[in-house]
Amino acid sequence: MKLAATVLAAAAALALGASGVLAQAKDHVKVGFVYVGPVGDFGWSYQHDVARKAVEEKFGDKVETTFVESVPEGPDAERVIQQMARSGTDLIFTTSFGYMDQTVKVAKMFPNVKFEHATGYKRADNVSTYSSRFYEGRHVIGLIAGKMTKTNTIGYIASFPIPEVVRGINAAYLAAKSVNPDVKFKIVWVSTWFDPAKEADAAKALIEQGADIIMQHTDSPAAMTIAQENGILAFGQASDMKQFGPDAQLTSIMDHWDPYYISRVQAVLDGTWESTDTWGGFDTGMVQLAEFSDKIPEDVKKLAMDARDAIAAGTLHPFTGPINKQDGSPWLAEGEVADDGTLLGMNFYVEGIEGDLPK
Amino acid sequence: MDLSTLDPIALIVSLIIAATPLVLAATGELVTEKSGVLNLGVEGMMVFGAISGFAAAVETGSPWAGFLAAALGGAVLALLFGVMTQYLLSNQVATGLALTMFGLGLAALIGQPYSGVKPPSFPRLDIPGLGDIPVLGRLLFSFDAMVYLSVALVAAVWWFLTRTRAGMILRAVGENHDAAHSLGMKVVPIRLAAIAFGGACAGMGGAYLSLVRVPQWTEGMTAGAGWIALAIVVFASWKPWRVLVGAYLFGGVTILQLNTQALSLNPALPAGAGLIAVGLVWLGLSLRAGRPADLPLAALVLGVAALAFGLADPRFQIGSAWLSMAPYLVTILVLVVMSRDRTRAALNAPASLGRVFHVSG
Repeated sequence: MKLAATVLAAAAALALGASGVLAQAKDHVKVGFVYVGPVGDFGWSYQHDVARKAVEEKFGDKVETTFVESVPEGPDAERVIQQMARSGTDLIFTTSFGYMDQTVKVAKMFPNVKFEHATGYKRADNVSTYSSRFYEGRHVIGLIAGKMTKTNTIGYIASFPIPEVVRGINAAYLAAKSVNPDVKFKIVWVSTWFDPAKEADAAKALIEQGADIIMQHTDSPAAMTIAQENGILAFGQASDMKQFGPDAQLTSIMDHWDPYYISRVQAVLDGTWESTDTWGGFDTGMVQLAEFSDKIPEDVKKLAMDARDAIAAGTLHPFTGPINKQDGSPWLAEGEVADDGTLLGMNFYVEGIEGDLPK
Repeated sequence: MDLSTLDPIALIVSLIIAATPLVLAATGELVTEKSGVLNLGVEGMMVFGAISGFAAAVETGSPWAGFLAAALGGAVLALLFGVMTQYLLSNQVATGLALTMFGLGLAALIGQPYSGVKPPSFPRLDIPGLGDIPVLGRLLFSFDAMVYLSVALVAAVWWFLTRTRAGMILRAVGENHDAAHSLGMKVVPIRLAAIAFGGACAGMGGAYLSLVRVPQWTEGMTAGAGWIALAIVVFASWKPWRVLVGAYLFGGVTILQLNTQALSLNPALPAGAGLIAVGLVWLGLSLRAGRPADLPLAALVLGVAALAFGLADPRFQIGSAWLSMAPYLVTILVLVVMSRDRTRAALNAPASLGRVFHVSG
């Protein structure tokens, strides 16, 4: 009896699928999330999970969400994504750059499931991409750092040499340089998104080398803790890390995925979901700044807030010429603004940054 | 390149701090494996130790209570593994892997209220006068007590395994449990004790991470240290002092590459200098003992080559993927070098390692 019912249901599903159920509204959506770190990392994955909870709160009984945390980039990711697709999930968010190829591959096998890949650039009919213009936030913290450093040395803990990270370094450096011509960046690549011990060691190495402000593009608050211990300043990443460095944190670039996730789940409910590419910044609220520390002088606060507002209003772009590449070759002419394509593929340092970009 | 900011003493100090969790966890695992039990759950026991130590330190305000709780927590988790593998005869490899997953999950659960909490700080040993001696003072006396304890632990384990009757019995159980049993040794209780000791050490290693090295609690913060500790035991060919050397080498590779990046300095420069220093000391020791000097000479030649490369291109930086696999590459290299030493039983693994013991057999 049960078998017959299953066969009937499957046949019906097939028939519906063939007749274009894709475009129909649903009254219940199952949404899956794949995280690269633990939800308790207080950084990247934590912030995605905050948005997942916001989706549950907004839609109540109409959604069912699941997540898998600490999924390594690589073959494991493919298994996890496939398992999720197989178990009747309608919409799957894969939230790390390294899931890109796996997401596209699994999406081909499950044309009726919708996929959303964060920070990637490969799309398909059922794969959307989305990311935030974190570099806008990095411009603002670069201004603050350039104004506030006393040693003129800013330490930067970088994860992997992908465009997202390189862009952040360039944006922060250009902004810092614009207010402080003597500023120098010391960059340490840790080859991991999440390894608190290694991030802490990197922060110590940078302090040893004279950095008095630390920026990070990794996911744990370890560097913030070390900055607090050593009495220097730091910027949080992905979420407000003030509790880890009450005296150290100047501000934090915060990811704010709630509005995007809610709109995408709404689109599936309405039957209007289609493959898109979203890259939101200050203007959409996807990038936000945590509360400014009292240590930032009023004039620097104003400078930072003005830059933030100008970027949100579209009157200021962090990558506006003249800008040369590191080797001195021209990249942007006077007044020229970088296009998104170049930004998305950025694989070079701008002029003035020392050291080679790891390959 | 700015060599003036390169402080070799600071480099060595941070290297030893980075290596201490590995020293603790790997020494414990060494004892477990010497008894013939392979416990792959080191990562799980470490992370459980990290949170139980953190929680106890926060609740009592004493980092010492934290380390005690971490040792207890690690031992309890290890005994879970012990009961399953020694009494219920479950597969050691599978049970050890399960222990890692279980430990990570349990630690995350217990740790929820502790995210973002600041632990009481662990004081450095301040012996008046000693810390002020130039160079040596900073090199030898600028650590917290756990660093000294970890070295003492290695010495104690070495002494126990090679110089005491109980240590001989433990090794006998690990080499041939059937023979040991027929001689009246209590195989299962001895192994349980070794497993519990391994767990306690792993737990303290985890607590060193959460209380001293990072000081904070975040889920999954061991990030693979337990696996490196397992590799170190093999690397050290089950010898306590080599565990210490291996841990410092593994910790050292990470610290070295992070520091040379901050310096924009070719990592081959300090690595070559270090290798030459080690090679010279090793050569001296070998010559005095009348042992063949080919290995220390090889280290010297390698060191000179690295230094020459470093001087030829001081700004050279290695790609990040190479850097992250460097510790494992070093393990493989050392294993190759060691296994060409045919004069002694090459790898020295306990003969009963990982095998199931059952009285009826």
